[in-house]
Amino acid sequence: MIKIQGLHKSFGSLEVLKGIDYEVKPQEVICIIGASGSGKSTFLRCINLLEKVTAGAVYIEGTDITAPTSDINKIRADVGMVFQQFNLFPHMNVLDNITIAPRKIRQMTSQAAEQLAYELLEKVGLSDKAKAYPEQLSGGQMQRVAIARALAMKPKIMLFDEPTSALDPEMVKEVLDVMKQLAFEGMTMVVVTHEMGFAREVADRVIFIDNGVIAEEGSPEQIFSKPKNERTKAFLGKVL
Amino acid sequence: MRTIAILEYFDFIRFDIIWNYRELYFRGLLVTIALTAVGYTCGIILGLLFGLGKMSERKWIYYPAKWYVDFFRGTPLLVQILLIHTALIPTLFGHSLGFFVSGSIALMLNSAAYIAEIFRAGIQSLDKGQMEAARSLGMPHGVAMRQIILPQAFRRMVPPLGNELIALLKDSSLVTVIAATDILYAAKVTAGAYFRFWEPYLFAALLYLILTWVCTKVIAYVENRYSTSYIPAKRRRFFMRKHGV
Repeated sequence: MIKIQGLHKSFGSLEVLKGIDYEVKPQEVICIIGASGSGKSTFLRCINLLEKVTAGAVYIEGTDITAPTSDINKIRADVGMVFQQFNLFPHMNVLDNITIAPRKIRQMTSQAAEQLAYELLEKVGLSDKAKAYPEQLSGGQMQRVAIARALAMKPKIMLFDEPTSALDPEMVKEVLDVMKQLAFEGMTMVVVTHEMGFAREVADRVIFIDNGVIAEEGSPEQIFSKPKNERTKAFLGKVL
Repeated sequence: MRTIAILEYFDFIRFDIIWNYRELYFRGLLVTIALTAVGYTCGIILGLLFGLGKMSERKWIYYPAKWYVDFFRGTPLLVQILLIHTALIPTLFGHSLGFFVSGSIALMLNSAAYIAEIFRAGIQSLDKGQMEAARSLGMPHGVAMRQIILPQAFRRMVPPLGNELIALLKDSSLVTVIAATDILYAAKVTAGAYFRFWEPYLFAALLYLILTWVCTKVIAYVENRYSTSYIPAKRRRFFMRKHGV
């Protein structure tokens, strides 16, 4: 589904990613953990080209998206992204936030798009908020709308960039529950997270990124209970 | 009879000289309004283009836009008016096209430079996550700009654009230097005819004050409607009632 080969990314003279190889299979849930500044968010952002790749290749369903000929907008339409800061469009109500992309990009009729939006709102438990504006919602509600907005494009892959890090503790669960449900339905997901409980419970595989490389990779059981790498042990010692 | 008595008390103020030139003041008022309106409207359109130009990554678009803004913000409007009226237009057309054309072109070009900066600041002050979210949904840059960025940036631009309107309205008095028959011109004519200065210039000041006051009211209305919250005003009232805010 996603195949990453020799991925390098530098910001000026600062090398953030120092050669990452990885493969994500369909319907897998991958959790990426690591200290802040380790490059895990940059890695995620390279998968839908929000960051321009310095070297290496990212294949999505066999197409190299880093090739100059790749249709970047089409690729992104098929890869949903959820941000730490939600990034809802504040000048639109919830319904318009969800329908704008299907209408403008997938050429869906307003009627079909709205029907889809209501289905998705039902799914994230916010049917009654369709006409509300983002500033009227709590953080947890905003993030659930953001998930619905990404799902409205019917993506093949969902990327989550620390989706619960900006939330008050009591709202984390409602977002994680939606993500769990999504994982259960078979969505291919790559999640950068500090929620070790979620990673342990939901992930098929966990990646520990340290200093721009994958320091350790394995099943949640293996990473959390029997980490081999010293740096993984040190990191988990601090967060668990 | 009472009013006449009060006027007699102030008989050291010659209201009659204003009254005698009322048609000139009225014409002046219209000219000032028209010059400002044309200069401002065209300035907004041109300003948007230069503002976008200043955000371009292409050097051959960026530099001309930057030089334009630097020139028109860095030189006095009075000099620009004289340059356009006495040099630029006669060179291009062989003769003058009248004060109105020169005056509105000068005001337009000048305000465009300021509006370009307002526009650029309005867009660049938006959180970069907005563009990223739009692009991550597969929107091409143009669609993201039109649907997501500009509607938000316009709201932020309302207060500085209002300031620019008021500044331009007052600066339009500089066109008297090319014999435009605006408010200030009427005052100068009156002053010259009667050799009295308090009444004509105070009256001119009063007219400008009324115009800027009206502008302030309109801007406050627009700000209240579009700038304070993203929720449409109608829905906002409902929301406030519902939550007892």
